[in-house]
Amino acid sequence: MTGASRGGYLTEGVRRFGAVFIFLLHLLVQCVPSLARPRLIVNQVYNAGARSLIIIMLSGFFVGAVLALQGYTLLQRFGSEDALGTAAALGLLRELGPVVTALLFAGRAGTSLTSEIGLMRATDQLTAMEVMAVNPLRYVAAPRFLGGVIAVPLLTAVFGIIGIFGAQLIGVQQMGVDKGSFWSQMQAAVELRDVWEGILKSIVFGVTCSLIAVHEGYNSEPTAAGVGLATTRTVVASSVLILFFDLVLTAAFLD
Amino acid sequence: MTNNDLPIIASPADDDVVVDVRDVSYGIESRAIFSGLDVKVRRGRITAIMGPSGTGKTTLLRLITAQSAPSRGQVVVFGQDLASLGTSGIYALRRRMGMLFQNGALLTDMDVFENVAFPVRENTDLPEPLIRRLVLTKLQAVGLRGAAELMPSELSGGMSRRVALARAIVMDPEILLYDEPFVGLDPISLGMILRLIRQMNEALGITSIVVSHDVHELSTIAHDSYLISGGRVVASGSPQELAGSRDDVVHQFMTGAAEGPVPFHYPAPDYLPQLMAEKP
Repeated sequence: MTGASRGGYLTEGVRRFGAVFIFLLHLLVQCVPSLARPRLIVNQVYNAGARSLIIIMLSGFFVGAVLALQGYTLLQRFGSEDALGTAAALGLLRELGPVVTALLFAGRAGTSLTSEIGLMRATDQLTAMEVMAVNPLRYVAAPRFLGGVIAVPLLTAVFGIIGIFGAQLIGVQQMGVDKGSFWSQMQAAVELRDVWEGILKSIVFGVTCSLIAVHEGYNSEPTAAGVGLATTRTVVASSVLILFFDLVLTAAFLD
Repeated sequence: MTNNDLPIIASPADDDVVVDVRDVSYGIESRAIFSGLDVKVRRGRITAIMGPSGTGKTTLLRLITAQSAPSRGQVVVFGQDLASLGTSGIYALRRRMGMLFQNGALLTDMDVFENVAFPVRENTDLPEPLIRRLVLTKLQAVGLRGAAELMPSELSGGMSRRVALARAIVMDPEILLYDEPFVGLDPISLGMILRLIRQMNEALGITSIVVSHDVHELSTIAHDSYLISGGRVVASGSPQELAGSRDDVVHQFMTGAAEGPVPFHYPAPDYLPQLMAEKP
């Protein structure tokens, strides 16, 4: 790779980051009047959130179950399988819940947001709104962004609950961990701080996923290929940023 | 009463002009689309903007609705220079205009009724019964009152365009902009759209700007017409005047001749050597 093209990638990266940031500022300004139209936001919470419930619940169950299987074999080596409840709960609340939920959200809801807005752009719907003196950022982008920001933490909570249920099903019902110690150890070891870590992560991920999805759709090339490319970029950028922010936030919570 | 105490802002002849495109140049990236374009649209008339595909006819509509700004020259609408207006000024101006998009551009997530009601709901605080009556009268005007509950995906191309027309007139605009309204329509739908454009103009007195390359259709309805080619106006006048023009470009466009100043062949290297060459 030549120095020039590396420089090109860097400028392109900085330019895109700047574009997303400016878009976020415009979006936040439009979120204020958008709050006065709760019906639009509720619709989007339903579209992005409620319609993702099945995939989130299924995945939560499987992740919780696998966590219990892996945790059990590991903890058994140290004779501390009673700590399975704690391990599963901490893993789900602090790490797997927010991260896996956000990754699934980016794949399930983020892509559909991007392609929906991209197609509205490609079929002149956004232009038509502008000509009708309606700001599409306010009417289309802001409610979808807010809907996503509200949905991700709620989905994360559902994921966590189902995950713990799955871990309990495998750990207690199948592997024979004592039911009392599974729950009591969990209750004793999990602190409010751990819950906060999960909540904060889910909010950050929700903002990230929704912002990228809305931005990519809103600025996609108004062609079939352009919308396809924007959808791909949504998944790639969301996934990478979720994992990056996860690292940053995890480090910040260890003190 | 005399008007002596009022400041004279425009001569009587100019008073009639609602859209004035003055010496406008505009380009996308390095490609120049307009250089020194002059177009005047007079109140209460149907003005046709004609020209070959790719001459920037749609771009002209974008300039008039302030979606793009010219790099040189002025676009004056209702006596206001668009460059001097802020966002709220532009939005206020757009409420006085309606635009019909080439493919209708109906909002796909709401039915026909809600599509027509959309600009009213977003721009006014009218009570629901009034909105309902307003929307139904506009749908009746385009003959689609019975289709109020259909979704845009259930409409044919001609119907979508009529719904879009109802939406464009629901705020009672003073200017209506039509972007290629005849493209892809069957003869019956085309006749309906033509009749509607004329009705909107005659019954409601709406100033209309019709962008199209369908010379024949336009000639039957337009009062004034402009032929744009190569980034500037090459001819203007009534459709009849244009049809009788002896200018080569105008003649080729109006008669649809394959050969003329606009060549049939895109610029290419010599034919025979290219055919005979071993490698591309």
